[in-house]
Amino acid sequence: MPEFPPYFAALQERFGDRIEETAMPLGEAAVTVKREAINEVLAWLKDDDSTLFDLFLDLTGVDYIRRRPRFEVVIHLVSVPLRHRLRVKVRLDQDDPVMPSIIPVYPAANWFEREAWDLYGLRFSGHPNLKRMLLYESFVGHPLRKDYPLTRRQPIVPLRKPEVRRSDDAREPGEG
Amino acid sequence: MPEQVKQYLGTAEVVDQEVPVQEMFLNIGPQHPSTHGVCRIMVRISGEKILWSDVEIGYMHRAFEKHCENESWNTAIPYTDRLNYVSPIINNVGYCMAVEKLLGLTVPERGEYFRTLVSEVARLSDHLTNIAAQLMELGAFTVFLYCMKAREWCYEVFEAACGARVTTNFTRVGGVIADAPQGFGELVQRNMPLIRGVVDEIDKLVTRNRIFIDRVKGISAVTAEEAIALGFTGPCLRAAGVPYDVRRTHPYSVYDRLEFTIPVGTTGDVLDRYLVRMEEMRQSLLIVDQCLKQMPEGPVNALDRTVRLPNKSDVYSNIEGLMNQFKLVMDGHGIKPPPGETYSAVEGGNGEVGFYVVSEGGTGPWKCRCRAPSFPLVQALPYLLRDHYVADIVPVFGSINYIAGEVER
Amino acid sequence: MEMIRSGEIPGVAFTTKADLALGWGRKYSLFVYPFVTACCGMEYMSVACAHYDLDRFGAGLPRFSPRQADLLMVVGTVSHKIGPVLKRIYDQMADPKWVMAFGACASAGGPYNDYATMQGIDVCIPVDIYVPGCPPRPEMVLDGIIKLQKKIQTREPR
Repeated sequence: MPEFPPYFAALQERFGDRIEETAMPLGEAAVTVKREAINEVLAWLKDDDSTLFDLFLDLTGVDYIRRRPRFEVVIHLVSVPLRHRLRVKVRLDQDDPVMPSIIPVYPAANWFEREAWDLYGLRFSGHPNLKRMLLYESFVGHPLRKDYPLTRRQPIVPLRKPEVRRSDDAREPGEG
Repeated sequence: MPEQVKQYLGTAEVVDQEVPVQEMFLNIGPQHPSTHGVCRIMVRISGEKILWSDVEIGYMHRAFEKHCENESWNTAIPYTDRLNYVSPIINNVGYCMAVEKLLGLTVPERGEYFRTLVSEVARLSDHLTNIAAQLMELGAFTVFLYCMKAREWCYEVFEAACGARVTTNFTRVGGVIADAPQGFGELVQRNMPLIRGVVDEIDKLVTRNRIFIDRVKGISAVTAEEAIALGFTGPCLRAAGVPYDVRRTHPYSVYDRLEFTIPVGTTGDVLDRYLVRMEEMRQSLLIVDQCLKQMPEGPVNALDRTVRLPNKSDVYSNIEGLMNQFKLVMDGHGIKPPPGETYSAVEGGNGEVGFYVVSEGGTGPWKCRCRAPSFPLVQALPYLLRDHYVADIVPVFGSINYIAGEVER
Repeated sequence: MEMIRSGEIPGVAFTTKADLALGWGRKYSLFVYPFVTACCGMEYMSVACAHYDLDRFGAGLPRFSPRQADLLMVVGTVSHKIGPVLKRIYDQMADPKWVMAFGACASAGGPYNDYATMQGIDVCIPVDIYVPGCPPRPEMVLDGIIKLQKKIQTREPR
């Protein structure tokens, strides 16, 4: 059993039941936070001397289709001066996949939240520009959800039927 | 004197009146020669000055995560090649490290050294390509040709290590595709001095070149605090003076046994990013030398038969090998890491390449997320371009090293 | 083309058909528009540079304006999002024009059989020559160029 980092206790003490879970799966610190408290917790994690998670690395969604709540938003942070990492998770329900945008604390999360909206349909309240980024506006659905089929295509230009042509006229006689 | 001539030439008066400057909207891309990759930059300009800019990406989104979720643990590796296709081996290593962490598997020392060695050659090819493209866009075509010449020597090493030039598919869960072939050490020893020669040549040609320096010095300078707030990693963060390098701050593989320095810049401008990349190439060459010297004999792959594919000679000649192969590659069989999740990071060409992998106990990843270092860099482009001029778009865009496969996945 | 050595005409003379002469001229002066999107771009760089030297086949000069190009090289994966751009670039090229699908993705979608990727560019624009490989080795690209040149020599442009 790996040792818990000291700031886990401080988090529990400070935020009480708004911290749902603290764990060390495979030796990596992970905290699950209630969605209302996310910005408060992140602000504390960013500024407290024992944590100093100043560099935002990643924000993504995970679709656990068989679980309730269905979605998880996973945020990865690293501290440049203290050289430790943390994973912060927020669980979101299928009917109401909204959480507060973390841009006030980590402005670099802007595009990551747009991507999570685009591919998972998770909404971030307070995001200044929450529109599709990797896909296009006319795209229907959120492809990384587990119930979106891999090959459901939504072309923009009308597709033509490729002509089947014999390729042998480019060959030398007797070749291939 | 005719009146008209007098009007133009006969007066010493300089017409000094305010010319009304019109605001314009300029669209660059998605297909533009100075943007290597498909990326659309929209700028609102007043005269030559950029007032506002926005970037649109996604023209190369090809569903990396969705594919990984539909593949098995080993067959997802080819998709990781095509993330950062300039240094694919680093992605292979990052992904396999994550899966090995889930499995609790350790790779033999020779395998780790082999991975590290080829990763550093990949870093060389990444930086060479970046400097080549960046300088070609600034008009230095000669440098492009030199860099490509040097990159061919990198590709020779890849080809010897795994048989492919670009999309390498080099690692396997628990090791690498095969041990280094005969003569691999000699090949590396022959090619690395050649690459060093090219690096020196570029250094002489460019680093103190007035034309280049005037174009890039002080352009899009960011401070350390700004760079951290923008989520930078890699050469762009180090150019701003933050010595954050995953190889040193969170050592993985055998990097804690190797000696190298992390170059940092001071101003974080385009020139510093170039200088950091140049120095990193020299450090990579040193690491390659050390790896080659320290590389022990022994197996490159974990000996665990439930993970590692058997040798082809066993598969074709005895029933145990054949069964073992079948049990690993058949649909519904194969590697099944216990349920769990992990984030494993490696230092890629552009910064921290992180793989967040979730296993639900199945034959493939439930979720395989790649944290791409170029993504926040491209996101910061409007910030980097603020108060600059249209001509600065090209060096800034070149210096952040936009790799479409990685940004859009 | 036949060469006639005749006593009546001093020196050397050629007789040929106009089409053949046109084709011969066209095939060695291909102006390439590289529509580079993805990984294959790395191999395109290699092909275009000194080591493999596409210039030996008269196709070394990239033109970055579709108006000036006559060979559109689609290098890399083409997604549905960039489909309209590709179509527009093709339409902007002046006749005669040829298209090369460079790599497995441009030829048939490659490994990307998914919601975002076009399954080969031939569902969007006509293609003259397919170069498979993921990415194709430079030698294969050169082979593709030579085959295309034969086609240009022998066939009417579309």
